[in-house]
Amino acid sequence: MDYRVSLAAWGLALMQALLYAALAPLLMGWVRKVKALLQNRRGPSLWQPYRDLHKLFGKEARMAHTASVLFRAAPYIVFVATWLAASAVPLIMTGLPTAAIADIIVIAGLLALARFFLALAGMDVGTAFGGMGASREMLVSAMAEPAMLMAVFTLTMTAHSTNLASVVDYQLAGNVLRPSYIFALGSLMLVAIAETGRIPVDNPATHLELTMIHEAMILEYSVRHLALMEWAAQLKLLLYGALLAGVFVPWGIAQDFAAATLLTGLAAILIKLAVLGAALAVSETVLAKMRLFRVPAFLNLALLLGLLGLLSHVILEVGI
Amino acid sequence: MSLEGLSVLSQLMLVLAAVALFTSFVLLEQARLVAAVHAFAWQGALVAMVTALVAASGHQVHLFFSAGLTLGLKALLIPWMLHRLVVRLELDRHRAPLTHPALVIMAAVGLVIFSYWLVLPMVQQEMLFTRNIVAVSLAVVLIGLLMMVVRQQAVAQVLGFMSMENGLFLAAVSATGGMPLVVELGVAFDVLVAMVLFGVFFFQIRESIDSLDVDRLNRLTERVEDEG
Repeated sequence: MDYRVSLAAWGLALMQALLYAALAPLLMGWVRKVKALLQNRRGPSLWQPYRDLHKLFGKEARMAHTASVLFRAAPYIVFVATWLAASAVPLIMTGLPTAAIADIIVIAGLLALARFFLALAGMDVGTAFGGMGASREMLVSAMAEPAMLMAVFTLTMTAHSTNLASVVDYQLAGNVLRPSYIFALGSLMLVAIAETGRIPVDNPATHLELTMIHEAMILEYSVRHLALMEWAAQLKLLLYGALLAGVFVPWGIAQDFAAATLLTGLAAILIKLAVLGAALAVSETVLAKMRLFRVPAFLNLALLLGLLGLLSHVILEVGI
Repeated sequence: MSLEGLSVLSQLMLVLAAVALFTSFVLLEQARLVAAVHAFAWQGALVAMVTALVAASGHQVHLFFSAGLTLGLKALLIPWMLHRLVVRLELDRHRAPLTHPALVIMAAVGLVIFSYWLVLPMVQQEMLFTRNIVAVSLAVVLIGLLMMVVRQQAVAQVLGFMSMENGLFLAAVSATGGMPLVVELGVAFDVLVAMVLFGVFFFQIRESIDSLDVDRLNRLTERVEDEG
């Protein structure tokens, strides 16, 4: 894997990172729009999340008097860690130097860092709902992370590298049906639903605090801090969508830096994210939210799928 | 010979065998009998599809017939009979979760690894990629046996027995390209007859001990004898 470590490559990497930040609210708006259409409503416009962020950034900040430095700093840490993790995932092109800095394990670690500070911020102000949300989030992520790593190890063992760009390139190079990838896809989809807090694990649109997981931790935030937390959640959804689309359906991604291939890559990823967003909206409409004590069973299924992917890689694909 | 060197049909066969292994895990874990019967039906359908692919790649016409027979029997007729039985026994709303689900699933994964280790020496005979499908089908057999051990419900034990038969059929199809047609017909109708007999036995057991929990068959019954 040769990384072009030139100035042009770094410029394109920066542009991809900015594109991530710009596209994240659009994906959220698209998911909400499709959900509304499925419920026979017109729904908010596609650009409403941008308007919400703009509104939140313009207001004066107020904070609880029990808030500490951690509470003020956490939104910035969460946003930057999530954005950094997202910029390492190939969106339009694969040969970028950011893909060389962070492999899949580092991406998982950055997301864990963001989650850690999110949970601390939830507990910082001392409200009951924040503590409850933080402990629930830790329960879900403690079970989701082994499942994600198991699925990731399956991909890694196939491509012989933990680097996401290498995994995507390997998948593009061969046209093979792999049973291990099918299991890894199932596992990663379940983990993505759990980590981004969508139905059936957590309802992102709920107003009942006793059913919240992610919303409960950011309940005390307002204005620009809330904007950063929401933007970070949208970035996380885009990260997982780009991961699923890039690794399992990589056709269309640009492998060199010509303008035509970059535009094809952009069009391809927009189509794939639109399809994934619509699928997410359909699954959220069809499924009901599980009670919290059934979420470990859900994540055990994800772990089992990851484990079966690993086993079928070793049994069915390697030892031929 | 690596995965890229195989034809598309062979790759598809590997995928279907892996999904059949997944359905045997689903069958093991299911608490509701109706869902377990559906998982068993899917397993039968997948085994039939693998048989059809082996027939297509090897151009053996009789395997198409046995694929159709497996589909009709294992994926349609026997699940329909079991479903009807479950409804008549009033067990369709009944939930029977495993007592130690994590341990059972880990044991099942251990059985998969064990069955792969068992078939490893077969590489010296220069078998094709179907050796790995033999490993998967042996795992299906062993997981069916595990299901018979772990479950106390009689219907669930019968499902474990039937999935063992599915695994054996998959092993026969992948290892030797099917059995002689007479043998297959005999085995298929034996399974059908066994199914009918199981149906009769369920009602008999329930009448004598008032439940289908086979552990209760161990308990002593006292019969009050009339004087004189």
